[in-house]
Amino acid sequence: MNDEIIVSDSELVEPAVVHADRRHSEWLMTIREAWRMGRTKIGVGIFACIVLLAVVGPWIAPYSPTEFVAPPYSSPAPPKMWLGSDYIGHDVLTRVLYGGRTVILLALAATVIGLGLGVTLGLITGYARRWIDESVMRILDVVLAFPQIVLTLLFVSIVGPKLWLIVLMVGISHAPRIARVARAATLEVAQRDFVHAAEAFGVARTKILFNEIMPSITSPLLVEFGLRLTYSIGLIAALSFLGFGMQPPAADWGLMINENRIGIVIQPWPVFVPVLLIGVLTIGTNLIADGLGRALIGIERDTGVG
Amino acid sequence: MIRLGLGILTLFLVSIVVFVATQALPGDTARAILGKEAANVARYEALREQLGLNEPVAQQYVAWLGGVITGDFGNSLVQDKAVTELLSRRVANTFVLVAIAALLSIPISLFLGSLTALRRDTKFDVSVSIGSLALAALPEFVIGIVLIMLFATQVFKWLPAVSRVDPDVPIYQQLVLFILPALTLTLAVAPYITRILRASTIEVLESEYVMMARLKGLPERLVLNRHALPNALAPALQVTALNLAWLAGGVVVVEYLFGFPGIGSALVDAVANRDMPMVQAICLLIATVYVLANLTADILTILVSPRLRTGLR
Repeated sequence: MNDEIIVSDSELVEPAVVHADRRHSEWLMTIREAWRMGRTKIGVGIFACIVLLAVVGPWIAPYSPTEFVAPPYSSPAPPKMWLGSDYIGHDVLTRVLYGGRTVILLALAATVIGLGLGVTLGLITGYARRWIDESVMRILDVVLAFPQIVLTLLFVSIVGPKLWLIVLMVGISHAPRIARVARAATLEVAQRDFVHAAEAFGVARTKILFNEIMPSITSPLLVEFGLRLTYSIGLIAALSFLGFGMQPPAADWGLMINENRIGIVIQPWPVFVPVLLIGVLTIGTNLIADGLGRALIGIERDTGVG
Repeated sequence: MIRLGLGILTLFLVSIVVFVATQALPGDTARAILGKEAANVARYEALREQLGLNEPVAQQYVAWLGGVITGDFGNSLVQDKAVTELLSRRVANTFVLVAIAALLSIPISLFLGSLTALRRDTKFDVSVSIGSLALAALPEFVIGIVLIMLFATQVFKWLPAVSRVDPDVPIYQQLVLFILPALTLTLAVAPYITRILRASTIEVLESEYVMMARLKGLPERLVLNRHALPNALAPALQVTALNLAWLAGGVVVVEYLFGFPGIGSALVDAVANRDMPMVQAICLLIATVYVLANLTADILTILVSPRLRTGLR
């Protein structure tokens, strides 16, 4: 891999513009390649269905999520109460239809925060090298020394169970993991001709980072996005399940599992349906991440780039 | 040596983060202990003095770290007992749980990971990889609840759904309580490790030295045993470490789900009650296991793999 780069160095330096075009299409190519795979289509299908359910749900729900409709833990009674009632007598189907929004939105927010932080740190450390690289990586090692859920809980213990805090902490705990990927990609791209050309022209460093290098590392970051979204959904739901996320009387899948698990023997639906939906959702996002990952490896192998 | 130094440096920084986060920030321990009585200024000030909170932060940290190294984490704010005393039995419980999960998941992932790499793109490989892809995506509590419904409450009623391990009875007499939590951890971690191992084994099999050995005309068995295996051992060790590292975090949700009295559920309780000395002790403990596991893997990898060893000389 390194040999190729050294060889191309000694050859004619191609104009940066030509590369810029090719670079912008690189991640589109990854998506197109990924879409050809069955697993990606299934993943996107699953994700779309669940997002649709979460978006449309509140409009088609038969009751209000905080309305008492039956005695606690009533069994399903179609045609109106398809899934029965929960631990204090709310309609389970209604709460399922309402409870997806928070999980998906909070997980997306945490992923975006993690990606923003991680990419910035990865670009800087990969391009700056030397002491900046060393010291930032040491700091990231400290964040990496905590399992993600433990780091989040540590800060929840200080500030309290606030939504903004768990989103921020899940994002921060993703950042070093994403930074490592972005850094590795940056290290390699920084050696390419168009970056050397831009440096020779005296383009500002921040511009080189965000205009020249960033587009070239978008493909691995797409894979990271899918992967981190999967983990974010699990973490956010787990935090609500532990009682540190959404608080009662909110309708939220993670919270529903915790509220109703004592009654699982007599009324399993308010536990089983949210568990099923969270599980299917994470499988969907993971299939997308896997499809993108395979597409990326395939393209790198074919073109010899990367 | 450099790695060892960096590991120790990381642990040192971790201890500072845990300390500063939990002790030096506003909303201090004295207020937490007194609750509403904190309005009583005289008592509040007296307690601050007693807890050493009026000393400079650096001095407090040194005193705290000195205690930590000698195993003294102070007293729990909720139960008026030493943190070490409250945690010792829970540490033993968690240790047994993690050991069972590791004993189950390490062989499974080694076996499936290397076999799928050797039989690449066969039906076996494809079905294992789809299965592990799906399982690896699932949060631990999803796996745990499905297992509870399968084996404890709905389909079969073979096992207890709740694992309240009795502290007065020896662990080996209540191992049945460990089955479902250990199985949950195994199913959550094994697919993830299998996928990593499959990738690294394929990398070894496609490497130049394995190809060279094949071209020399060595029998396949010799190629695998002499050339591929030693280099694939490194990933195997990493698997073990990753396993332990992952389990260190995984126990939090799984123990809470099963009501299992270990350090994971203790952390959840301590966070809910804002029992800071307890939070400090458990976070530090988990982070230490996590860092040491990764460090050991790094060092063993260098010692074991012929390629890197030559690099050292």
